[in-house]
Amino acid sequence: MIYLELLWSFIQIGLFSIGGGYAAMPLIQRQVVDLHPWLTMTQFADIMAIAEMTPGPIAINSATFVGIQVGGLPGALVATIGCVLPSCVIVMTLAYVYYRFRGLTMVQGVLAGLRPAVIAMIASAGISLIILSFFGQRELPADLSGVQPIPVLIFCAALVILRKWKVNPIYVMAGAGLISIVVYSAF
Amino acid sequence: MDAEKKNYGKLFFSTFKLSACTFGGGFVIIPLMRKKFVEELHWIEEQEMLDLTAIAQSSPGAIAVNASILVGYHVAGVPGALVTVAGTVLPPLIIISIISFFYTAFRDNAIVNMAMTGMLAGVAAVICDVVITMAGGVLRQKRVLPVLVMLLSFAAVRFFNVNIILIILICGAIGAADTYLRARKGAGAK
Repeated sequence: MIYLELLWSFIQIGLFSIGGGYAAMPLIQRQVVDLHPWLTMTQFADIMAIAEMTPGPIAINSATFVGIQVGGLPGALVATIGCVLPSCVIVMTLAYVYYRFRGLTMVQGVLAGLRPAVIAMIASAGISLIILSFFGQRELPADLSGVQPIPVLIFCAALVILRKWKVNPIYVMAGAGLISIVVYSAF
Repeated sequence: MDAEKKNYGKLFFSTFKLSACTFGGGFVIIPLMRKKFVEELHWIEEQEMLDLTAIAQSSPGAIAVNASILVGYHVAGVPGALVTVAGTVLPPLIIISIISFFYTAFRDNAIVNMAMTGMLAGVAAVICDVVITMAGGVLRQKRVLPVLVMLLSFAAVRFFNVNIILIILICGAIGAADTYLRARKGAGAK
């Protein structure tokens, strides 16, 4: 039953992505690329780019996208519901506790412990995307001479711009897309 | 009763508009929500908003969704939370649905392909930037344990393919133990 599988996958994504935004990325990759044959790594990278360019949380965006690819509009609804279900239960419980006790040192301690691990996971997922971008394939090839120079240059320029001037990521991505069109058309 | 109905409507449309305007995901929605619910509608106090932000950030799931659940719950209980979740989820659901129907046609287009190649490099850079900033925050704490957890988790995910959920559970337990021990040490020093 494809809808149940979707629901269960996105419940897990919703349940274990802590820290929002990019924290969900490695979990989504694992569920929809590695564990299930729902998206290719290229499609996954595309949805990350689309999610960045459109409003709304990345997890919801990819839930909708994956859901539609796998099971049409009902699939999108099921995946989205799965994605927010853990939040609804946990956050409402915490809200109840908060308004009763206000202040949760232990909970904050657990979450402080999670933060470094979450960063490590985002870093790993980021490296996967870099490999895909630079070499056009998922695994790092033994022969590194197949590297594509244009994505490498765009990546370096984008990173410098982001670090130095803290530009809104949407503009950086749009710029990267435009420059890429110009460069590939020229050659 | 009428006032309550109006609140549901207001809750829904406020969160709908906020979600439709939140590009780049996550944290961006917090200042927007503060402006709307603290400054404009006076439904939430300033300090309360900070606490709610901490809860939203530290709970599983998307920050925007979590924050809207908290606001909805605070204003109108569980039904309020359901209303705000719907308001937050619908804009991305609608927009991505529309995009994905054109996606295959888009993907085979040569120009879109060129743009996507560049944008992929762009996303990689954005994520790299996020990681540098976040890892810098961990290093600045000047504590060995978080750095160690970060390096070991990275090795586990990258080179040993350990299940992410297992890593999260273990690191959560380490965080709990660390907090407990530090609290005891703090109490003993007094």
